[in-house]
Amino acid sequence: MTLEKGKMIKIFRKMLEIRHFEEKVYDLYGQNLVPGTIHLYAGQEAVATGVCANLRKDDYITSTHRGHGHCIAKGANLGKVMAEILGKKTGYCKGKGGSMHIADFSIGMLGATAVVGAGIPIAAGAGLSIKLRKTDQVVACFFGEGASNQGTFHEGINIAAIWKLPVLFVCENNLYAMGTRQSRVMAIENVADRAAAYGIPGFVVDGNDVIAVYEVARKAVDRARSGGGSTLLECKTYRHKGHSRFDPATYRPKEEIEKWLKRDPVRRFRAKLLELKTLNKMELDKIEEEVSAAVEDAIRFALESPYPSPEEALEHVYI
Amino acid sequence: MREIAYRDALREALREEMFRDETVFVLGEDVGRYWKGAFKVTKGLAEEFGDTRVRDTPISESAIIGVAAGAAITGMRPIAEIMFGDLSALAMDQIANQAAKLRYMFGGQTKVPLVIRMPFGAGVNIAAHHSQSLEAWFMHVPGLKIAMPSTPYDAKGLLKTAIRDNNPVMFFEHKLLYSINGEVPEEEYTVPFGLADVKREGEDVTIFATLYMVHKSLTAAEELSKQGISTEVVDPRTLVPLDKQAIVNSVKKTGRIVIVTEDSKTGGVSAEISAVIAEEAIDYLDAPIKRVAEPDTPIPFSPPLEKFVIPDENRIMQAVKEVVH
Repeated sequence: MTLEKGKMIKIFRKMLEIRHFEEKVYDLYGQNLVPGTIHLYAGQEAVATGVCANLRKDDYITSTHRGHGHCIAKGANLGKVMAEILGKKTGYCKGKGGSMHIADFSIGMLGATAVVGAGIPIAAGAGLSIKLRKTDQVVACFFGEGASNQGTFHEGINIAAIWKLPVLFVCENNLYAMGTRQSRVMAIENVADRAAAYGIPGFVVDGNDVIAVYEVARKAVDRARSGGGSTLLECKTYRHKGHSRFDPATYRPKEEIEKWLKRDPVRRFRAKLLELKTLNKMELDKIEEEVSAAVEDAIRFALESPYPSPEEALEHVYI
Repeated sequence: MREIAYRDALREALREEMFRDETVFVLGEDVGRYWKGAFKVTKGLAEEFGDTRVRDTPISESAIIGVAAGAAITGMRPIAEIMFGDLSALAMDQIANQAAKLRYMFGGQTKVPLVIRMPFGAGVNIAAHHSQSLEAWFMHVPGLKIAMPSTPYDAKGLLKTAIRDNNPVMFFEHKLLYSINGEVPEEEYTVPFGLADVKREGEDVTIFATLYMVHKSLTAAEELSKQGISTEVVDPRTLVPLDKQAIVNSVKKTGRIVIVTEDSKTGGVSAEISAVIAEEAIDYLDAPIKRVAEPDTPIPFSPPLEKFVIPDENRIMQAVKEVVH
């Protein structure tokens, strides 16, 4: 364990924020306060947090339909994320995007796309932009294992590889693309093995171990920042809830769910912090209370915010 | 005034804008120093600006547009070339769902200053996958602009405007236009979007035409004038934004309109133009709207087959006579 205490606490707080936030989104959804659908990030917190803990504010990320966690990990304001999910005027996208299309360009969050795999070439393009502008920014591109079967995965990573673009491709392998288990649609076990086809490094990491994610992402980010090019990082993880609204996820064996719940990344990291005596129980509880209060504030802000006026639907088509 | 070819006018626009703004760069299949673009529009640019700003890509249309969109939202002004417009189908998600919608979905946080240059159109016997006119596809996607220059002057002026525009612009070129010559001033100019050009003034009937069909319509108009019919030819130059007023004004003047486009008829651009006239100028019509377009077939290969489906001067003249008499 090479991480300094402050960094570990920051990471723990971020993971907790995502977990509390997603649990509250689920509650609000149950109360019929969330229009449309939701794809919760709970269970995968170590991936976004571990990767984004290596990024600067001016670094970029691209995200997916399961993107709340990416936003929060990159430093988005909880209230503005929640307001967007509720379709409020004060949301990041003024209610135009919703849960599946949140962006915050002020922190390099280039947006979530709800077309599976579509963000991969866009991330490569941000990487090309960095290279042409000669800055030392990097891009982290999040997507699921399902997206790795899209043509955009092949086209986007190939271009990033040949042009040595500063992009970290982060595959969050949660085993299921909606209800389709990976083994039914891929003849290989590790998405990271595909990196060899593009001539870039590929790594598999325990995506429920935030420090493990942090460490391997750090090397890839350093490599990208120093001109070494792209990396494909596969994080093995699991979503706690179903794919989206109303999905009880009955296609997943009970034993499998139990096995993964025991590996809950948030509880694991909390236990680790106790074990390492980084923080004691009282200190951890205090952080949890603070996070809980921050999420409550975010909900209050979102609930009290107005909806956009209907004719705002006509704005922002063109500039 | 000097005369230069359409392809050279396009190249001048690219070159001048690359000089003016270092965020402008070109990417596409074989646009670089080795092939210089399938229609030689980018000839010499790699030598002048380097391979970094004139980038050959793999055959990956989806990634060409996705990469361009990603660069556009992070401070660059990419010009992507799709070698044949038909192949835009391979990039349709990145064009229609990503580039066109990013600004809107994200509540105006970003802009997408991206130009997608594509040659369209039939007439060179390369059949169904390299000959289509697909402007109606893109006209149906809010967030995209569509430029369709018919002359070297418009080609240069519209391309400069497209590059400076902060929205994704679908830039339609026509294969048969690349070698035509026309007057292009040496000094700096641009052609604004949303401003139609009356390519020929007339009194009896209006022809609305785009791209190569402008030239066929002008030839038809000249022939018709010998037969005593005075024809006005209106070239919208951009379909989005569309200069509705120019169309309505011309219809008010002549009372008759023939819409000539190279795309297939059903759900085509001519349907939209007809609807605009029906909504905004129907009281000024002295005859029904007439459309000259391709029949609803793919573009066939064999010369007599292809010639049969592409609108020609005779069909245009026949349509004009039907509405005039």
